[in-house]
Amino acid sequence: MNTDMSSKIYDFSTLTGSIDAALNSWMSPGLAVLTELVIIGLVFLIFYALLGLFLVYLERKVCAVIQNRVGPNRVGKWGLLQTIADLIKLLMKELIPIRKADHLLFILAPFIVIIASFMAMGAVPFAKGLHVLDFNIGVFYVMAVSSLGVVGILIAGWSSNSKYSLIGAMRSGAQIVSYELSVGLSLMAIVVFSGTMSLSEIIESQVNGWWIFKGHIPAFIAFIVFLIASTAEINRGPFDLAEAESELTAGFHTEYSGIKFAFFFLAEYINMFIVAALGATVFLGGWMPLHIGNWEGFNQVMDYIPSIVWFFTKTFFIIYVIMWFKWTFPRLRIDQLLTLEWKFLLPISMVNILLIAFLALMHWHF
Amino acid sequence: MNSISKYFSDLFRGISSLWAGMRVTGKYFVSPGQIVTQQYPENRATLKMEPRFKGEIIMPHDENNQHKCTGCGICEMNCPNGSIEIITDRVPNADGKPERVIDKHIFHLSMCTFCGLCVKTCPSDALAFGQEFEHAVFDRHKLTKVLNQPGSSLKKEAKK
Repeated sequence: MNTDMSSKIYDFSTLTGSIDAALNSWMSPGLAVLTELVIIGLVFLIFYALLGLFLVYLERKVCAVIQNRVGPNRVGKWGLLQTIADLIKLLMKELIPIRKADHLLFILAPFIVIIASFMAMGAVPFAKGLHVLDFNIGVFYVMAVSSLGVVGILIAGWSSNSKYSLIGAMRSGAQIVSYELSVGLSLMAIVVFSGTMSLSEIIESQVNGWWIFKGHIPAFIAFIVFLIASTAEINRGPFDLAEAESELTAGFHTEYSGIKFAFFFLAEYINMFIVAALGATVFLGGWMPLHIGNWEGFNQVMDYIPSIVWFFTKTFFIIYVIMWFKWTFPRLRIDQLLTLEWKFLLPISMVNILLIAFLALMHWHF
Repeated sequence: MNSISKYFSDLFRGISSLWAGMRVTGKYFVSPGQIVTQQYPENRATLKMEPRFKGEIIMPHDENNQHKCTGCGICEMNCPNGSIEIITDRVPNADGKPERVIDKHIFHLSMCTFCGLCVKTCPSDALAFGQEFEHAVFDRHKLTKVLNQPGSSLKKEAKK
């Protein structure tokens, strides 16, 4: 693999490295590591909050335009401050204590959900060198951690001592257990192609073209399966049975109010971002610009667009597609949901991965 | 074999129908010109109301300040929540016979549900719906309206 082709791309590790060197020159190594952890934590907290607010705004705008409406347009220019106003409202609302609820678990559940999405966020490569946790099993780690969120959902449903919450949580459990398989198999397709589970190495392997183009039709099928299954995994429409406003009032978070409700809400949107980022990284090259084989000139022009722009463009494209799904399709029934997974997506992705293994074995991919 | 072909035809039919739905919403997404929302206080000057809109009950008067209400009271009887009151008067006509004319056609907008029964049942089409909708007032007595204009008279139809 010709890796020096992308050397023109600005590498964020020069920036982070200089910060690291400066901190180490000022204080002892242990203290420097501690300071770096605090800085990264703060940056992630701020990024998390801003991203959540922006995604809620984006969702409302996209859904409005799809439904021929204008969407939020009163608070601030183009309604940009609408979600901030909503957040202030939620912060000031009363946290209603539920009698006969399991209080410890009831309070713990939103934190489990939000911590799961936080942990998954740590492994997302935002740009070249801008990558907090570069595990050699990055894909596996993100999948494992992001499916912890369902534990929080189940706890929330159980501890609220409400029928709606419990039904919502159980549906969510059934849904995530089933769809996790398809997500895993579709990501496995690219792991087979690139021969690594590390997210940074998967990106490096796409230096001469993204996997969705290099992997022929099987990679495209894997991408579609990934989109469908991950939409189901983050409990979004048309797979939002866990919430199902019209049947279960709000599903697992019926009994939550104020900022605890906002935690669930925020975690749902951040999970959407994580799934989109993972899809963009694995299938669409992450921060890697659009490179076509050996077209040196074209590739160099593409390198002038910063890698962070490429990453966010691809991620928001996938987020838009997921929103497009939500505002187009009606909600599935639970039996239809399981039929779709066990009778369609799983067999397709199994045949697909066999095909991909054959392609990789024969070196028929580019 | 049949079940296998059914499986794949189901699959592709499903995909094509999902794609049809996504095409519709995708077309809406890329054509913001179709947005139907009226941004009300800003577009107040250019706001166009549709003729079917039921804003309030009015009694149309022509250029001679004449209306068509004979004061028969059918609208008052048909109103389900009693928001119409008619006060009639008897005045002698040209032949010297006493004739019923309306003194006041009182419409309580605060009680009206805009069901339209008065407009529908009026035998002489004297009532109609107006397009005015900014009815907010600080005193609810202002919602009691007299529909016939002062000094107006009954429009005499030519006898057939």
